[in-house]
Amino acid sequence: MPSAEELRTRIEEALPGAEVSVVDTTGGGDHFRAEIVSDHFEGLTRIQQHKLIYDVFGDEVGGAIHALSIKTETPSPAGDGR
Amino acid sequence: MTNDEIKTFIENAIKENRVMLFMKGTPQQPACGFSMRASGALNALGVKYAALDILPDPRIREELSGVSGWPTIPQLFVDGELVGGSDIVMEMFESGELAGLLGVEQPELEEEPEPEQPVQQRPIGLENRLN
Repeated sequence: MPSAEELRTRIEEALPGAEVSVVDTTGGGDHFRAEIVSDHFEGLTRIQQHKLIYDVFGDEVGGAIHALSIKTETPSPAGDGR
Repeated sequence: MTNDEIKTFIENAIKENRVMLFMKGTPQQPACGFSMRASGALNALGVKYAALDILPDPRIREELSGVSGWPTIPQLFVDGELVGGSDIVMEMFESGELAGLLGVEQPELEEEPEPEQPVQQRPIGLENRLN
């Protein structure tokens, strides 16, 4: 059963330098929420950003990982919310 | 129904319905919280949309993910393009982007707008054929 910590590590390995937080939303080891801030997302659409994260886990999403809720952001040095 | 027929059906549903939601359950009876939020956002915007329940046959989900490259349910398509799953749909709903994309007014969130009945013919057709 995957843990929030394991998911976080795997995302960080896939996107070096990313700020990642993962929460097990039900405590059951199968519903997670991940928030990722990474400059890898720069210039990508939201769809492409989320796919980057889904691709880390492949078939596990929908399998062992029943639900993976994702929020992606790019670092915004200007602090303008973008 | 063969896998190819299911795939063709999905592709046609995306092509023929301007706003097409693939979900678990139906807008009236969503079978998953994520699907409920996505259809709830569309209801709140008062747009007409077609919804297809992916649960009756596991191959629907497999073929859909093959077509879209997106692993989870729900999936919202507008004008033939994948908009996203429930996280993206909710982000866009809350920011007003979804209303803009669909060409409707962003509702006042305090009010409960009367949801329009979603178009259900096509999904029911698929379910019947699969049964």
